[in-house]
Amino acid sequence: MGYSFTAPDKNWAREPIEKTEILWITIAGSWCLFMFVWMIAWHWIGNQNMRTEAYRTFTDVYAKKTEDFTKQYTVRQDASDPSLPVVAPPPGSDVYLAGSTFQWRPVLELQKGKSYRIHISSLDYVHGFSLQPENINFQAYPGYEQVITMTPNKAGTYGIVCNEYCGLGHHIMLGRIYVKE
Amino acid sequence: MAITTAQSPFRTDPLTGLRIDLTAATLVKTNAVLAVVFLLVGGLAGLLVALTRWPAVHLLPADLFYMALTAHGLVALVVWIVFFEMAAIYFVATALLNCRLAAPKWAWAQVVLMTVGTAITTVAVLQGESSVMFSAYVPLAAAPHFYLGIILFAVGALIGCFVFWGTLVIAKEEKTYEGSLPLIVYGCMVAVVIAIFTLATGAIILIPALLWSLGLIKSVDPMMYRVIFWGFGHSSQQINVTAHITIWYLVAGLAFGAKPMSEKVSRTAFLLYILFLQLGSTHHLLSDPGLSASWKIVNTSYMMYLAVLASLIHGLTVPGSIEVAQRRNGLNNGLFEWLRKCPWGNPVFSSTILSIIIFGFIGGISGVVMSVEQINMIIHNTIYVPGHFHGTVAGGTTLAFMGLTYYLVPVLFQRQLIMKPLAAIQPWLFGGGIAVFAVALMGAGTLGVPRRHQDMTFAGQALAHDYGGMNQLLMAIGEIGGVVSVIGGAAFILIVVGSILIGEPVPANAKNIVAPPADAGGHKEIGMGGLEAPGTFVLALTLFACLVLYYFVNFKYLATLWPLS
Repeated sequence: MGYSFTAPDKNWAREPIEKTEILWITIAGSWCLFMFVWMIAWHWIGNQNMRTEAYRTFTDVYAKKTEDFTKQYTVRQDASDPSLPVVAPPPGSDVYLAGSTFQWRPVLELQKGKSYRIHISSLDYVHGFSLQPENINFQAYPGYEQVITMTPNKAGTYGIVCNEYCGLGHHIMLGRIYVKE
Repeated sequence: MAITTAQSPFRTDPLTGLRIDLTAATLVKTNAVLAVVFLLVGGLAGLLVALTRWPAVHLLPADLFYMALTAHGLVALVVWIVFFEMAAIYFVATALLNCRLAAPKWAWAQVVLMTVGTAITTVAVLQGESSVMFSAYVPLAAAPHFYLGIILFAVGALIGCFVFWGTLVIAKEEKTYEGSLPLIVYGCMVAVVIAIFTLATGAIILIPALLWSLGLIKSVDPMMYRVIFWGFGHSSQQINVTAHITIWYLVAGLAFGAKPMSEKVSRTAFLLYILFLQLGSTHHLLSDPGLSASWKIVNTSYMMYLAVLASLIHGLTVPGSIEVAQRRNGLNNGLFEWLRKCPWGNPVFSSTILSIIIFGFIGGISGVVMSVEQINMIIHNTIYVPGHFHGTVAGGTTLAFMGLTYYLVPVLFQRQLIMKPLAAIQPWLFGGGIAVFAVALMGAGTLGVPRRHQDMTFAGQALAHDYGGMNQLLMAIGEIGGVVSVIGGAAFILIVVGSILIGEPVPANAKNIVAPPADAGGHKEIGMGGLEAPGTFVLALTLFACLVLYYFVNFKYLATLWPLS
């Protein structure tokens, strides 16, 4: 006798568990264990993982680094917006991207199949790095510099959209990456 | 406040046979009414958000959109739900333990602080200087009273938790019940344990944010803020999960005479929540710099998915307990006779079962998949995230709370429900709208559409990215679902407020609305193939198949991305 909302029988801890529950706990528990192992295993068997390389920095230091980097590798001004330099760093090099209200700078030109060490940080608020249409998303903080090695595997024009709310101009915050054959 | 020894007056409710402490009943009613008022506010703000993100309508300009979104997040996600939870824990602790409420004056302090806090923060948001979203990431600054209101609200809720706890102590001292706590009270206790952790964490980070906005401290580290904030922000959703699962068990007992299939299993599952559910705060930090892969994996998986296991257990045992009760009462034919003959037109039942289905199939499956460390990279901060948590919080928590409200209005207000035909379809409107909303937004998020974003077309921008027609369509479908859910929510408020104001009084000789205990039926041999709940088992396997399939579909998609290391 009894309900879910009345005090249970005195010997509730010794009552046997019904077979439906035992079967389900076995199935669900095994799957849980599998998912745990698979997430670890993907660090070896998968090609899409986050490196944990990161540094503390200062917004003015990072701004300077990005500016120097931009000066060093600018190849032309962007066709969509002539005020923007397009930067083509050599494969394998360190690439600096800075988010600030309301832009991702500089515009990059990368080569398909080559790897780049992409540094991501913010110069003011918390921003989002969202590479579209590839749909790769990272968080960008002021004062923290995150390094991810990216290897573009398709040529094309990619947008960088800010997807962390950063103020009233959040929805106009954009950047761009060109990937050449 | 010392615990008074004076006995509060009680009445015995004719509908449930429960002895109800009148002081507690007043507090339950006050909290519940305030909850419904704030559901109205939150719902209206949500409607404005939906009508802006529906591309063809695009109602609000940026400043008003971000203001409405901040208000919607705070009021619908936090205020409505926590007020209702206060009502629920006071009701459960007093009515189910046959006990008076501890320290009613402190309980009134809870009501006042939470109301004042909500008012202060709402004013701050409406003044326009605090459109910083629910999460208010520093160094994005809100006005000082924005933080102050949330802190007052949290202190109020914390007091409510201790009133609940004090009531448990009194019940034990005065031996108002025998043996162990009923499972429902135990579930609420688990929610309260999680709530105390959650609210304390909120204070740890919002107090520095307040001091910073006042200029008393120079800065708050943005990453530290996010790490600690989510100990509050995500954990508050874990309170909701625990509370609404407890309500599922409660409704199963009230409506079907069900008892847990196994007390041991259900209680252990709740215990796993206390131990591991909080680790889920990490889900917000998976794409952040500086946190090691092993730290992320241990936390995001709630220590080897032990909290997920607990949810999968509840997902089986709640409908399983209904199935067992129905079979014991004679509905023992085939796999699903028990389910077909459930009272589908009764909003108490339909809200609950839809809450179980939406929470499991939409909120649950998406939550497990998106919190995989690597999958998170294709989900993080996209509109997938609101899709997911409307499946959990709106489709799961809010719908379960609506179902319990339909049950409690006649018990607490002694009024019958008005507009019964509308009440019969209301859970389907709200739940159906939310389900469409959640699934469509998950689709658009998988294709990259960002959350918290006023213009996905980037009109007039030189570097505009074109999200394409498919995404415009998905956003339109989703927001139409959102509008339908607002209509469903409005119907709920109309029925509940109308019933309280003009409903027929419950007659003194009213029929008991608690189902008789299932094992009174005398049917001992139930089920099929050696299982007492074979139908539920088949449904659980369906959920399992969907989860496994969806998990690997996402890995397949992930594997096509640019290699990242």
